[in-house]
Amino acid sequence: MLTIGKYQFNSRLFLGTGKFSDFDVQKKAVEVSQTEVLTFSVRRMNIFDPNQPNFLEKIDLEKFTFLPNTAGASNAEEAVRIAKLADASGLCDMVKVEVIGCSKTLLPDPVETLKATEALLTEGFTVLPYTSDDVVLARKLEELGAHAIMPGASPIGSGQGIVNPLNLQFIIEQAKVPVIVDAGIGSPSDAALAMELGADGVLLNTAVSGADNPVQMAEAMRLAIDAGRLGYTAGRIEKKNYAVASSPKDGISVGS
Amino acid sequence: MKLLVNGNDLTVNSSVNSIQQLIEHLELRNKSLIVEHNQQILKKEDHEKTIINDGDRIEIVHFVGGG
Repeated sequence: MLTIGKYQFNSRLFLGTGKFSDFDVQKKAVEVSQTEVLTFSVRRMNIFDPNQPNFLEKIDLEKFTFLPNTAGASNAEEAVRIAKLADASGLCDMVKVEVIGCSKTLLPDPVETLKATEALLTEGFTVLPYTSDDVVLARKLEELGAHAIMPGASPIGSGQGIVNPLNLQFIIEQAKVPVIVDAGIGSPSDAALAMELGADGVLLNTAVSGADNPVQMAEAMRLAIDAGRLGYTAGRIEKKNYAVASSPKDGISVGS
Repeated sequence: MKLLVNGNDLTVNSSVNSIQQLIEHLELRNKSLIVEHNQQILKKEDHEKTIINDGDRIEIVHFVGGG
């Protein structure tokens, strides 16, 4: 069971809803992923096209917890506004703080992320800041009262996997709130590794929506996250420099 | 009456005088949406009683796919 603020989840996979080729594929992917948390962005409606389809109309809203992001914000003030807009939907008071500080790498602005997190905590939101893999920044976000920390594995949508597993491990070790590895996951092994390192969950989007077969990849991610989690709780063996035989040395029936 | 809706100039006749009526005028009644009226974010239950005036700036947003 994963607890974030007042929310509890059985699934440790948070799934983004961007860039799926069509809603039917997306709906199936969401189903097989068994996710309970879906992220969304807040954008202007096309007021001249009342018939535009929306994924929210395709799913049973009762089954999911919504994690709107503040993507599009480049400073704390904008992030707070987007979070409040999302909150006015009445669907959820959880928010993923996402304040981008670099248009090329889409890496988060650490100063504005801190400010936005603080402001939204004061407003009573359940706050999950998307942050870099900076260990001190992660600690400061936690000290502010963030309900979970969401360090990126690598740049958003890059599929590079975990570029700095050591930093991630430090973040996980020091954190007393859940750590959700967010952004950069490319393959099931990346997701499994995050979980083996002790992450409490994984948030991914492009790895599934951009796969040749998103439904199959959604299932692979679910299995990988379960496997990684099980491996973590089972406690892996120490790494050694030299071989240690698995078979007994005594009673070998060859030779003299 | 002239409004600025999502950055677009929009002229509506004077019978459209509340946020709720604007939503209906735009045929968005059954949509899950959020309205900001002159930088004030509105709760759904306030759409009916929020009166709109010439020159108002209105943002109508919704959830779209995102990570």
